[in-house]
Amino acid sequence: MSREILIDPLTRLEGHGRIHIFLDPDGGVDRAYLQIPELRGFEKFAQGRRAEDMPQITSRICGVCPMAHHMAATKALDALYQVDPPPAGRKIRELLYSAFMVEDHALHFFFLGGPDFIVGPDAPRQKRNILGVVDAVGLEVGKEVIGVRKQLRDLVAAVAGKAVHPVFGLPGGVSRSLSSETRQEAAAAAARAVEFGQFALGAFRKIVLGNPGYVELVTSEAYTHRTYYMGLVDDANKVNFYDGTLRVVGPDGKELLTFTGRDYLDHVAEHVEPWTYMKFCFLKDVGWHGFADGAGSGVYGVAPLARLNVADGMATPRAQEAYEEFVTTLGPGPVHHTLANHWARIIELVYAAERMAELAGDPEITDPQVRTLPTATPREGVGVVEAPRGTLFHHYETDEHGLVTAANLIVATQNNAARIALSVDKAAHALIRNGQVDDGLLNQVEMAFRAYDPCFGCSTHSLPGQMPLIVEVRDAGGALLREIRRD
Amino acid sequence: MTKPKIAFYWCASCGGCEEAVVDLGENLLTVVELVDVAFWPVALDFKREDVEALDDGELAAAFINGAVRTSEQEEMAGLLRRKSAAVVAFGSCAMFGGVPGLANLYESQDILDVVYHEAPSVQNSAGTLPAEHSRVAEGELTLPAFGASVLTLDQVIDVDYYLPGCPPPAGLIASAVTALVEGKLPGKGAVLAPDVALCSECPRAATKPDKLLVRAFRRPHQVFIDPELCLLAQGLICLGPATRAGCAAACPGGNMPCTGCMGPTSGVIDYGAKALSSVASLLDADGEDEITARVAEIADPVGTFYRYSLPASLLHRRVRPAATAEKEEVAP
Amino acid sequence: MSDCRYQPKIVAFFCTWCTYTASDLAGISRLAYAPNVRVMRLMCSGRLDPQFVLAAFRYGADGVLIGGCHPGDCHYQEGNYKTRRRIELLRAVLRDLGIEDQRLRLEWISASEGEKVQRVCNEMTEELRMLGPVRLERPQRAVAEPAGESR
Repeated sequence: MSREILIDPLTRLEGHGRIHIFLDPDGGVDRAYLQIPELRGFEKFAQGRRAEDMPQITSRICGVCPMAHHMAATKALDALYQVDPPPAGRKIRELLYSAFMVEDHALHFFFLGGPDFIVGPDAPRQKRNILGVVDAVGLEVGKEVIGVRKQLRDLVAAVAGKAVHPVFGLPGGVSRSLSSETRQEAAAAAARAVEFGQFALGAFRKIVLGNPGYVELVTSEAYTHRTYYMGLVDDANKVNFYDGTLRVVGPDGKELLTFTGRDYLDHVAEHVEPWTYMKFCFLKDVGWHGFADGAGSGVYGVAPLARLNVADGMATPRAQEAYEEFVTTLGPGPVHHTLANHWARIIELVYAAERMAELAGDPEITDPQVRTLPTATPREGVGVVEAPRGTLFHHYETDEHGLVTAANLIVATQNNAARIALSVDKAAHALIRNGQVDDGLLNQVEMAFRAYDPCFGCSTHSLPGQMPLIVEVRDAGGALLREIRRD
Repeated sequence: MTKPKIAFYWCASCGGCEEAVVDLGENLLTVVELVDVAFWPVALDFKREDVEALDDGELAAAFINGAVRTSEQEEMAGLLRRKSAAVVAFGSCAMFGGVPGLANLYESQDILDVVYHEAPSVQNSAGTLPAEHSRVAEGELTLPAFGASVLTLDQVIDVDYYLPGCPPPAGLIASAVTALVEGKLPGKGAVLAPDVALCSECPRAATKPDKLLVRAFRRPHQVFIDPELCLLAQGLICLGPATRAGCAAACPGGNMPCTGCMGPTSGVIDYGAKALSSVASLLDADGEDEITARVAEIADPVGTFYRYSLPASLLHRRVRPAATAEKEEVAP
Repeated sequence: MSDCRYQPKIVAFFCTWCTYTASDLAGISRLAYAPNVRVMRLMCSGRLDPQFVLAAFRYGADGVLIGGCHPGDCHYQEGNYKTRRRIELLRAVLRDLGIEDQRLRLEWISASEGEKVQRVCNEMTEELRMLGPVRLERPQRAVAEPAGESR
């Protein structure tokens, strides 16, 4: 007699995700399916739009990481119009982008995925949220997290118009130059962010690395997958969020290939399943061989852990120090422990803050030349950035008037979609025995998803509360046998 | 006295409205002291059954953001409506349909075709499409039903208040919640935002000529944009004159024109019609041929004038091709 | 003998000084024209808010006819120029929304051109008869509303 468990809704990620678990006759897991029940169709209704509107239209894909879409779209416009920003224009873009990476990563660690560690995977559900985090690390810290984020987001709004759905991206530059007052504000915000990054690292060391139980959890087989990894690296093979070359390494750490964004179609493809609206990316060079890891499967990972795996290090000193500690502890070779994403995320936060400080300290950033006006006839362009949640591709084709005729978007979390599916399935298999589920166990299944910080992870979280979960255990006829509520 | 209970929920949403609430920053902590958040699926553990267990009307207010497209979103909107004394359509998607409303230019099938077949990165020789019911080796999986069009919240449930913006500005959110807590919400149907056009708030207003005429409209990527001068006077299509204030002219603050996310002021039924009327009135062209040429230069008029408001517009969506259309009875 | 063919509904907005006067003239001159046209009187074609056109379609019209003074003759100097520009831009939007060009017609008709009123109304009626009714849609839910559910 088969039984099914439905986890609906998932929390701290894409609002309407659900996990549907089929049990085998012994009460173990047959298969767990992660379903995304939503589609809006940006790739279709982008057709007919003005290309220069795409940075503001595509930012509506996600109000948590709008800057990522805005930037990928803006870079696609650069390629479309064959125009590059002047140095100050590029630096302003990267400055705001770095600020965005800091605040978005901070939100995830302290409000979303972090509570799983800071408070504990088995902690009472009432505590597994920001209030529990504040209890663990102190109210002052909670206020500092809010304060740092606010300062960074206010800076973005001051330069780009709005923090949610910025407006400043244009082909060949940004809408206006940076004043020296704003540069000083940026420098102050960056300095605070760098300090904050050090604090976050310290907190992680103390709370997670200092806890053998957590270390065991992070390195456990249940949360480990040996896949390929992809991310942007600069000329020195260091992590770069704004620009670079895409590098893919295999489960053994050897470089499989590198490519530039414009050639993405040669290497990245999408697979479709009927039970979810999200498509699953895979490496064309390896092929789709089902939901499996290993060198024979085209499944790959992106985002913090993957980025650290494909790079040879970090481009700024404190981040490099943290990276070396990371590799010494969990390495050598690529780190395959999905939960290590949380640590990698903080290391990236440190890098983003240091990068922001570098740019804010650069006198060239206040140069009035921030745009190169396009003159070429537009035709086609690809823009790539590293969003907080992974590699983001925007590809537009237009007519000669710059009206979009086709758009293809590969959105960060999609790159991870197959690996996430594997992670959830494996965690469910490892954890559920004899059909027994309880609150803490369900959360540990969710942790497999949450470590990836899937898009929408960022919603709320200054509020007290618990994670909503309802589990319905049904028999093969669909009759409700048992209902477990977490409330 | 018990704190009023409120709920937050999202339909076809990007999450930006949720971020806008978080952006209240420390003010949010004040809000939490004044109200009891009884349901917020992304943050709290309360489940659908908890909402069903409430008395009808027990929630002082439900703030619902996002447009409506799926059966699940329709059900949740209906449930929250029953349980709430007041429903607030929160943000431009709930109020007008929002940017996703542009999908009303196309058929569902065309959307599915592009996403799952035609996209150059898709490998799908089997022609698989996501389905409401699908059979897998272990059993059956379901997905919510997809509607034929994007709807606004008030096309699905009765709405009491509207809070425009993409996302709503933090100040307006704070005022709305305060008004709710103090029992000072205006009459039903009110829009919780100022009722004047954006030009009155825009720092560039003093540079707007009394008689404004534009020879030819330019697109933002074609010209350098002066950060002090009225954007219309620079020949850019700025929808400030047709758009409701309340955002402190954030986009002109970013040196880009207003694109109309706050929607119209009161008394206007169809935002796009008003917006295009405002822009057309400014054209400095009289001869027929000249007018035709100038208008033809305005690229993507629907995307420009109806970017946030197509589902709420009088026509609601693009007329369907004959094969798929039926003549509907018109509403009075 | 009744006409059993499909009868398009046309809403006309005529300016008082020129076109409306012309339509009176047509009446006085016993120039019969298709009864499919319902006339609304405006002081000036420049009063025409594009919302009126959309509302006409929304509430059952298959076509909209606008009549104003010839360029240069507007009683209020510039009203008809504004009309021309607005209608041209509205037309671009309607095209993108799948509404055929023939459904929106703008004519300059002076007070003495009663025959032009007759000709234009008859022409437009026949054109729209060939085209058929406009197929607008009410917002439709994904799932039919259960009985008794509050709206």
